[in-house]
Amino acid sequence: MGLFILRRTGVMILTALCLTYIVFFMTNLFPNLEKLAKTQGNFRMSDEAVLSWLTKEGYMQPTPVKYGQWLGVLPGWTLETEDGVTGRCVRGTVTPDEAAAAPTFCGILQGDWGRSTVFKDEVSTIVAARLSNTGKLMGWVLVLMIPMALLVGVLAGMREGSATDRTLSTFSIATTATPEYVSGVIFIAVFASSAVGLKWFKGTATSAMENATFENFFLPVLTISLYGMGYIARMTRASMTEVMTAQYIRTARLKGVSFPNIVVKHALRNALIAPFTVIMLQFPWLLNGVVIVETLFNYKGFGWVLVQAAGNNDIELLLAVSVVSVIVVLVTQLISYIGYVYLNPRIRIS
Amino acid sequence: MEPLTWGAIIVRLLTQFIPVWIALAVLFGASIAYKRKLGLYGKLFDSPIGMVGFGLVMFWVFTGLFGAMDLIVTHDPLSQVSGMKNKVPGTPMRGAEDGEYAYYLLGGDNLARDVFSRMVSGAWVVVQIAPLATLFAFMVGITLGLPAGYYGGRLDTLLSFLANLILAFPVILLFYLLVTPEIVATGVPNFMAIVLFIFPLIFVGVLLNSRYYTQPSFRTPLLIGVLGVMLWLYLSLISEAGSVVQVLPGFLDLFDIPGGILVVFVSVVFVNSPTVFRIVRGLAMDIKTRDYVAAAQTRGEGPWYIMLWEILPNARGPLIVDFCLRIGYTTILLGTLGFFGLGLPPESPDWGSTINEGRKLLSIYLHPALPPAVALLSLVLGLNLLADGLREESLKD
Repeated sequence: MGLFILRRTGVMILTALCLTYIVFFMTNLFPNLEKLAKTQGNFRMSDEAVLSWLTKEGYMQPTPVKYGQWLGVLPGWTLETEDGVTGRCVRGTVTPDEAAAAPTFCGILQGDWGRSTVFKDEVSTIVAARLSNTGKLMGWVLVLMIPMALLVGVLAGMREGSATDRTLSTFSIATTATPEYVSGVIFIAVFASSAVGLKWFKGTATSAMENATFENFFLPVLTISLYGMGYIARMTRASMTEVMTAQYIRTARLKGVSFPNIVVKHALRNALIAPFTVIMLQFPWLLNGVVIVETLFNYKGFGWVLVQAAGNNDIELLLAVSVVSVIVVLVTQLISYIGYVYLNPRIRIS
Repeated sequence: MEPLTWGAIIVRLLTQFIPVWIALAVLFGASIAYKRKLGLYGKLFDSPIGMVGFGLVMFWVFTGLFGAMDLIVTHDPLSQVSGMKNKVPGTPMRGAEDGEYAYYLLGGDNLARDVFSRMVSGAWVVVQIAPLATLFAFMVGITLGLPAGYYGGRLDTLLSFLANLILAFPVILLFYLLVTPEIVATGVPNFMAIVLFIFPLIFVGVLLNSRYYTQPSFRTPLLIGVLGVMLWLYLSLISEAGSVVQVLPGFLDLFDIPGGILVVFVSVVFVNSPTVFRIVRGLAMDIKTRDYVAAAQTRGEGPWYIMLWEILPNARGPLIVDFCLRIGYTTILLGTLGFFGLGLPPESPDWGSTINEGRKLLSIYLHPALPPAVALLSLVLGLNLLADGLREESLKD
């Protein structure tokens, strides 16, 4: 088990390195840098001005070197001009003495995530603040989604082929067929617009960042949960129907155990192994949902930052965002593997 | 003229769809009449869920087709008519000339275009791209997944690592990295197109070669003919005047895919193929332990023959079901792209872009955003129900 986790962690780090390098490469392609220079400088820069700006900011070095600097394994660049010294590890133009005092290495290994060019702030502060917003959203999504999905799945799988099963299965198919941008639009139209007039909820969640109430936070949470719910419910149903046909359930029935007792005491525990894995593997999808819903409901969280960073080619912010999302994806995968082994005695013992 | 009531709007909508109803009736009539002779497709008509799903899917397919033939649309999806901005459904057109449809059946959007016509033209965008992109993703996934599952070992480790790498990317981040005008200018999508679109050629080439290599006199002309045509199509597909990749001279270039569509197509195929790869790999690992594979190995068949003519046909059930589900997922992805305004031009009538435009005024005007949302929902729902019906019927064997 220890070796297994160690190997998975190794693969995880390798994956994270490859992914960040791809992001790094794509964002550092010349047309993207040109756009960055023009948005940071001014839009009518000549080609020479763009080149000199990029050289001054250290963007014209070879991509692997820049990547090494970002990672913190190569010394940060410095450039001496007549005004003073600029460099990766110093902010703005400083005197040679100050530059000498600055650390040589400053990458993510040293805890320096760089500066966002869009928000003019440290990347680490932005990401931390936005992640806490998204964490709140995700927390409520899980609170709503998991019990609902398991309930629907167990009720449907309890008696295969019954009317309850048919209805609930169709319901879960319908939710998986409704992407967030469709269900969100429909929910806003029905519950929040002045055209229908119900106005039960608010159509934007901007105020929920400081003060989340049922009124301004329920629609985004519901929108994300519904799309993720259907899949988990279907997995639960499949696993439940399989368990319900097992020999030991038949034995329990023949011994005269009541049906609710069979479901709760005998079937449920075995039926919940598979959904656990699925819930964990559902996280990457939830991340997508978060991006869409945060854009739709104007909730400034992690997904909103992703859109802003990607839309403006904010290289270091985008890299931080991808590191975080890759870690989320890979860690949940790891948990799902470990949890599966832990929950399933057949694997644990062998 | 008076605005139409809701009843009148519904009647007029139904009339507008008459070609679709006729086509559906013919298709269902013929299919039900001959369902015993049609294999798995015929069995679909034994399952009510499958029939509903198939009906929904074919409704949008026919709508897309007839919409492209100018049968259903009432107005040009791109033309703006003054005075129709944000008008509610059923508003009569001011100063409609003879021969013009006199009403905006589902109202006008914020640029005074007809919502109904845009929804119908949006169906054509989806019907064109989604199945084809899914097919390409399947070609890539099958061509790489079969050897990975059959041989295992280092090859499997490497390919699985690459697949997991792509899967660990948040899809939207990937789209933002691939589908911005700056990246398109560098030609990265064109190079990806070169790599991804070669897979159907490899697939068909290996498929035919492994079957007929014992009869060289038949195989060689067959391969030259089939691969020649496919190569020509491939080169016309990837080479595009004015972009980085321009291999064919203009007169040989059969068709040009508009730049935006090619990029969208490539990124959707790219996102879908790793999942298909994983499914095919899993199926291949399962099926290679069967007796008929062992029999083929004893007969001395080559590995590619076993993979393509023994394993693949026996994996068709799950693959067909997944194909339907994946078209639905591709439709969702296309909508996501449109929703973030990536790839397709902003005036494009595809559903994602229309939803994105409509959502900005959602609290006041519902009608521009709801029809494309409902359309997308019903198409994906139809595909899911169809997949469910197919799964149920194929399990009955």
